[in-house]
Amino acid sequence: MFENLQEKLQRTFKALRGQAVLSEENMQEALRELRLALLEADVNFKVVKQFIDQVQAKASGQQVMTALSPGEQVIKIVRDELVEILGKDTAKVKFASQPPTVILMAGLQGSGKTTTSGKLANWLKNGGHRPLLVSVDVYRPAAREQLKVVAQTIKAHIYEGEVGEANTATVERLAKEAKREAVISGCDVLIVDTAGRLHIDDQLMDEMQSLKRLLNPQEILFVADAMTGQDAVNSADEFHKKLTLTGVVLTKLDGDARGGAALSIRQVTGQPIKFIGVGEKYDALEPFHPDRIVSRILGMGDILSLIEKAEQSVDKKKAQEIASRALAGDGFSLEDFRDQLRQVKKMGSIQSLMGMLPSIGPFSGLQKAADKVDEGQINRVEAIINSMTNHERLHHEVINGSRRKRIARGSGTSVQEVNNLLRQYAQMKKMFKQMGKGSFMRRMAGMKFPGM
Amino acid sequence: MIQTLFGSLDEKEKPSFLGRMKEAVTRTRENLSERIEQAVAFSKEIDRNTLDELEATLISADLGTTTTREVLTKLREKADRKQIKDVDELKRLLKEEILGILTAAASAQPVQRVEGPPEVILVVGVNGTGKTTTIGKLSQVLRGQGKTVLLCAADTFRAAAIDQLEVWGERTGTEVVRTKPGGDPAAVLFDALQAATARKTDYVIVDTAGRLHNKANLMAELEKMRRTAQRVIAGAPHETLLVMDATTGQNGLQQARLFTQSAGVTGIVLTKLDGTAKGGVVVAISRELGLPVRYVGVGEKATDLLPFDPKEFVESLFN
Repeated sequence: MFENLQEKLQRTFKALRGQAVLSEENMQEALRELRLALLEADVNFKVVKQFIDQVQAKASGQQVMTALSPGEQVIKIVRDELVEILGKDTAKVKFASQPPTVILMAGLQGSGKTTTSGKLANWLKNGGHRPLLVSVDVYRPAAREQLKVVAQTIKAHIYEGEVGEANTATVERLAKEAKREAVISGCDVLIVDTAGRLHIDDQLMDEMQSLKRLLNPQEILFVADAMTGQDAVNSADEFHKKLTLTGVVLTKLDGDARGGAALSIRQVTGQPIKFIGVGEKYDALEPFHPDRIVSRILGMGDILSLIEKAEQSVDKKKAQEIASRALAGDGFSLEDFRDQLRQVKKMGSIQSLMGMLPSIGPFSGLQKAADKVDEGQINRVEAIINSMTNHERLHHEVINGSRRKRIARGSGTSVQEVNNLLRQYAQMKKMFKQMGKGSFMRRMAGMKFPGM
Repeated sequence: MIQTLFGSLDEKEKPSFLGRMKEAVTRTRENLSERIEQAVAFSKEIDRNTLDELEATLISADLGTTTTREVLTKLREKADRKQIKDVDELKRLLKEEILGILTAAASAQPVQRVEGPPEVILVVGVNGTGKTTTIGKLSQVLRGQGKTVLLCAADTFRAAAIDQLEVWGERTGTEVVRTKPGGDPAAVLFDALQAATARKTDYVIVDTAGRLHNKANLMAELEKMRRTAQRVIAGAPHETLLVMDATTGQNGLQQARLFTQSAGVTGIVLTKLDGTAKGGVVVAISRELGLPVRYVGVGEKATDLLPFDPKEFVESLFN
């Protein structure tokens, strides 16, 4: 569907190999790709423009680091810059010195305020607090019932109150009553779920302001849908102007939206994203980590960490040795095979590696596949090779029936598994041999991972 | 003529439709036409800058980079060919281009003729786009035309979703077929369709739980509901409406793709168009998937659902 930014940049920079400095000229193409990637991720176009200028200023004149390709280096600059904008640390909830702490939820219709209120109450409960929920959404049909069901599900306290007429006076009354109720029942946090409203609806925005005056909340959280497009700046800006938000909750991040709205909202409000919603269950609320959303916006998963991890754990020299020996002919022994396995193991579990890849686009299938990978399989294969003698590892053809039985017993596996391994090994060896003879030779010798 | 589920729109309703459509779309402080004026004010000729500014304008309306680029490439070709240097002419061409995309989708996916009652309308979408509200309004439209309607509360997942639909049922004088929360949506659909068949109800509108399109098991549930509908009534659901929030960005395309795969979407309802969002992603959806917009939602009242007219939609953006 979309090409990953990393690939695009690398393609862009192919022509630049050998150029030592990132210059304005050689950056142009890269920045164009970056611009498209950010726009496709729904970052507001004005924010994109501003951001590109920033990156350009930072990048031009930088020495190309030997460890990273120019493409990777631009990505690194972009990432660092994005993380910088989004704020390095996860923000905390501010509590009142004199309870109850009041958290006012605000946002457009359908952004997920009620669900988030429930999740927040659940999160606070788990943190040892005693939250009280109240819904002052007297307008949407069954909105208050919805919060009631939510409260029952998570076993949180709720102030129901009586609704007479659906108007601002009722809303204010309910809010006041709920705050009193919180004091009486000894609840230290009051979460006020409000009706969804458009930022240009003056009447309802006034109501929001009067709620703020009335409750004097410690937190006013803007709940925003991660799928929001260019308009995110308009609504966030207006809500912030009218209410002075203290934080943002980005919802529905369990979808496959790139979530560029996070950047737009952060840019116009200057307020931290405090939480993200990642599912329909009430425990699916997580503190926000800027680095993760940055990778997601760029559509590249945590590829930098993946690169780092690979470079740390793989012994390049050894890998090259194995590669050249394997390609030269018979040199790829079972011992080499085991070394390869160990290097893979050193990099960490396959699931966690796959987890660093983007969960969207071309990688989505890969992640699902990773769930099915049997980590124990690698251990078993290693155990089988460990149970062989040195001679057997170097000359696999001597492994006859009785040796197989012994190896299976020694490694706690079955003869069948030993057979499988030997068959796979023979295939690999044959493959290497063919490659070594063919024109692949040179390419393979430079590879970090022969045949794995 | 305005294409709707129910034939063409009454002439006498047209002015109010136009007025409200315009109101809904031009409520933005900084609207599309203003920006285009700004764009072309710099230069009378259609130079690189002009096109850059136009690009920014279309992108800020959520048309997306691919659609924007395509529209502008075609615009430039036409402008070159016709030697156009005039601002108004350029605007007219741009409108024409976008309109072309929207009308092509409408004719590619015409409203199906239904043999006999009931006609089944399945309403799907991601969470919080306004499915239940849209169903309330749709049932108001149909009741206003003297049709009989049965609502099917197949959102058994979200807290109080059934209650919400029942309030709409009361408001519009429509019966709701329901089950208990957590029940099987396909089962309640089965019941509703059987009841509607027996009573010869004109329309059954099916409310489904909001679901993110990347959740395979939830999407499979929609497939199952479709199969259930087909088993009871051949050809059902006759219309599957994807309800999309006008604030949705480029993810809207992926929503449309995957919901079409699983639920066989035949049309889109664009909601919350009374805000400042322009809903331009529907142009991208029409372009790529040939899915037409059937209705727009412009408020929370029962009467705030309007048939979509591509021409008026584009006009109101520019005027």
